[in-house]
Amino acid sequence: MGLFNRFTEGLARTREAFREDMNLLMNRSPEVDEDFWDGLEEALIMSDMGGYSASTIVDKLRGEATRKGYRNANDVLSALNDQIAEEFVEGGDKILGGEGSIVLFVGVNGSGKTTTTGKIAKQAKDEGRKVILGCGDTFRAAAIEQLEVWAKRADVEICSRERGSDPASVCYETIERGEEIGADLVLIDTAGRLHTSADLMRELEKVVAVVRKRANMPVYLVLVIDATTGQNGLQQAREFNSALELDGVIITKLDGTAKGGIAVAVSHYLKLPIVKLGVGEGLEDLKDFDAHEYAASLVGDFGQTD
Amino acid sequence: MFDNLQDQLQEVFDDLKGKGRLTEDDIRVAMRRVRMALLEADVSFKVVKGFVSKASARCMEADVLESLTPAQNVIKVVLDELTNLLGETDARINLRPNKHPNVIMLVGLQGSGKTTAAAKLAYLLKGEGHHPLLVACDVYRPAAADQLQTLGGEIGVRVYRGEGTDPVKIAKEGVQCAIDNLCDVAIVDTAGRLHVDEEMMVEAESIKAAVDPDEVLMVVDAMTGQDVVNVVETFSARVDFDGVIMSKMDGDARGGGALSIRESTGKPIKFISSGEKPQSLEVFHPDRMARRILGMGDVVSLIESAVKVQQQEEEAEATERLRRMDLNLNDFLDMNRQIRKMGGVGKLISALPGGDKMMAQGQVDEHALDRMEVIINSMTKEEREKPDVINGSRRARIAAGAGVTVTAVNQLMKQYAETRKQVKKMMAAYGDMDQAHGKKGRPKKGKKGKKGGSKMRRMPGVGGMSLADIKKIQQMME
Repeated sequence: MGLFNRFTEGLARTREAFREDMNLLMNRSPEVDEDFWDGLEEALIMSDMGGYSASTIVDKLRGEATRKGYRNANDVLSALNDQIAEEFVEGGDKILGGEGSIVLFVGVNGSGKTTTTGKIAKQAKDEGRKVILGCGDTFRAAAIEQLEVWAKRADVEICSRERGSDPASVCYETIERGEEIGADLVLIDTAGRLHTSADLMRELEKVVAVVRKRANMPVYLVLVIDATTGQNGLQQAREFNSALELDGVIITKLDGTAKGGIAVAVSHYLKLPIVKLGVGEGLEDLKDFDAHEYAASLVGDFGQTD
Repeated sequence: MFDNLQDQLQEVFDDLKGKGRLTEDDIRVAMRRVRMALLEADVSFKVVKGFVSKASARCMEADVLESLTPAQNVIKVVLDELTNLLGETDARINLRPNKHPNVIMLVGLQGSGKTTAAAKLAYLLKGEGHHPLLVACDVYRPAAADQLQTLGGEIGVRVYRGEGTDPVKIAKEGVQCAIDNLCDVAIVDTAGRLHVDEEMMVEAESIKAAVDPDEVLMVVDAMTGQDVVNVVETFSARVDFDGVIMSKMDGDARGGGALSIRESTGKPIKFISSGEKPQSLEVFHPDRMARRILGMGDVVSLIESAVKVQQQEEEAEATERLRRMDLNLNDFLDMNRQIRKMGGVGKLISALPGGDKMMAQGQVDEHALDRMEVIINSMTKEEREKPDVINGSRRARIAAGAGVTVTAVNQLMKQYAETRKQVKKMMAAYGDMDQAHGKKGRPKKGKKGKKGGSKMRRMPGVGGMSLADIKKIQQMME
């Protein structure tokens, strides 16, 4: 149980909902029959994992159940946890935890990029790193002011220009300024854009190209996805990835009842590590990611509890 | 926006169409695929379950299976059920003309697009002759009020931003400000809140109680997943909103949420919002959306958007020229620009039946119009007015000026000649029609001519399409 105690309330809701479903299922009979598999698939789909991911996982589990001769639904459910954890890709640590780096946050409108950027700045600053913020969102009304508030909260320097100026040049300046003050973590917020907007995606490609060219440290691109996003999250990740070659994903707004199953699909299909989880509005509500913990939070840990 | 869902459903229907007779098994397989397609489109699981069982039951009935065209009937059943799901009638917002001010309150999750939607709504109402006031009640997100202020400034709508951190007080003051400034609509933009955040939901209730809104609209992101039902149900129970604005419809989200909201709360979708521009808020038409999802094209909306960009005076002249059954390169350029105003070739094509498929297969070149314009811009005035003077050496000069090959110029000229021929043919046909109508009633004649003109305008943009498609467009327009 120690695992859960540490985990946040937001994800607990997800888990409870899933367990409720599962308990209902098991109440009918603990036997592993067609109804059980259908019910399991349903529950996974309800977690926003997507029809295809859900049926893949169910198929794999079915295979395992036959091989190992599981009779009891409980056995299957404890295997489920591992199965989901396996879908995640490792390796997001170097992005924010390693040596000096330049990180760009990209994503669709309203996914929580600016807030996440601000929170990370605060966290890194508290860890004793030298941080500089760059406001690459020169488009949305008041985006600059919003990030400035965060810079003040985190007590870090911010580099911005007036609204409507060229985002690439703001990034260039940010990196330059970062060099001057000896920053070892450069965080750049970009304007939200829908992955279907070709022009805006090209603009972002340009920004990234400029950053890469000017960079004195490794550059990482992190996609910010709203946990309430459904299957479109996968499409977003695909498009951003093919345009920019992403390095990682941050899932935000996990404090709702959102299931966050989309993280499984994105990490699995695109082989992208999950870097952080945003679970609330507070400065501290940014958690590290752990595959088993996440899987457990998604479906519960049937093997050990009750 | 619904493209992916549409693709998948179309595939299912294409398979069905290939069969002369349908067995119950065929239906079952097809419905299983419909189910998966809807799930992948983020339609709520419970809604899918209900939808599929209703649709299957209707499809299994004898008059569907034993009819001559069973596949068509299956499609019809699915279309009916989809329309049902989306709500059968258009829903408008209820503004009371003799109440000052009408209050509209916007609620929603964080990042769903409330502030943007507020500005768009203000713009829309302003266009309808109202005097809206925007009230910034988001005291939590840094710079939220600044954002509304900036947006309000852009569309020329007054914004009230109060002092302090009490949204209820600010909302009240905002309404008072609307009264003081003779604004007839106050749009109250509230902070984003999670439906499970008790404190914030209580705040929303208090704001509602304080300003007594005539219309509460919930802004929902089209990309929301399975959770949408929980979210809207809670909001519905707590603040009892009247309708929904679906935001971010310009993405490729399959919009399953749209399909689920109506079914699970009974609240209609009133507007869809796509893009950043203030004018991109449209009234939601369920029947058209259902047709669109099924790949039947949304021709009505297309025609409406065409009508919107018609500029009467320009048109009168062009119509005149068309009536003379001639068309020069300036008209050609005009048409291209009109098409761009309607949202470009892409939007035009995808609104046509089967158009989405063509777009996906890359049969349509969205930049063809830009290249055309560049070439025409490299011509002299004389050449544009009398394209016949363009000879070989002029072509070489134009090509050099536009930075393209002579072949490209030749192609353009060929397309122009083709369009001109088409126009002549169509005008001849309309000439006959006009005469026929003329006998019945003269006053209508002028209008008819104009309509003819607008039909014409669409021709050149479809350069990448085959003649068969052009015929289809013609049929659709009639």
